[in-house]
Amino acid sequence: MLVMVMKLSLILITLAMLGFIYRLVKGPTVPDRIVALDAIGINLVAMIAILSMLFKTYAFLDVILLLGILSFIGTTAFSKFLEKGEIIENDRNH
Amino acid sequence: MKTNDVILQTTSKVVFFIIILFAIHLFFAGHYHPGGGFVGGLMTSGAIVLLLLAFDIKTVAKGFPIDYKILIGIGLLFAIGTAAGSLIFNVPFFTHVFGDVYLPIFGETSLHTAMLFDLGVYLVVIGVTMTIIQTIGESE
Repeated sequence: MLVMVMKLSLILITLAMLGFIYRLVKGPTVPDRIVALDAIGINLVAMIAILSMLFKTYAFLDVILLLGILSFIGTTAFSKFLEKGEIIENDRNH
Repeated sequence: MKTNDVILQTTSKVVFFIIILFAIHLFFAGHYHPGGGFVGGLMTSGAIVLLLLAFDIKTVAKGFPIDYKILIGIGLLFAIGTAAGSLIFNVPFFTHVFGDVYLPIFGETSLHTAMLFDLGVYLVVIGVTMTIIQTIGESE
């Protein structure tokens, strides 16, 4: 029963990811694509969590936190590039 | 035009410590669980990159007064020191020892000299990543 539910939710997450990929390809502006990429990262986290339940292992739990941190840093870098034109400033105060 | 990014700066000040703690956990868990020096070093430099994103190179250099090129040398010295230390005890190169040691706070702890080699890997990965990112970021 639980395995059935987990497989069903995997399929549903895949459908949601296809929707995000549609927005990633079609999205008229760059911020649309960035938000789609961020949401794809969070969906990957959900997918890995369900997969580690299906495989009955604790080995992937570090990957979940890692993907969350990496997607946060990546989205921050992208949005800073959009706002200021450079990702790492040499001196902020002038 | 000066932008006010107080939300980004406050958030990254909090998230920085979470990432650093996660990196230390990955580094020390490397012997029995997934992780190790490489991922730990990458995560640590990821935390410093987050500070670089929120602030600028000069502010972060004031907070961490480290020459990352020297960090690479220290890491390589740790690696070769661990490998060459086995020669003193008349055993082959890269022979490691381990055992249970009583530490004052932690109690009975199993320690392994492979961790010192891993510390070298950790320092080299931080040094290389931060040198690459700072060199690219500084050029105008």
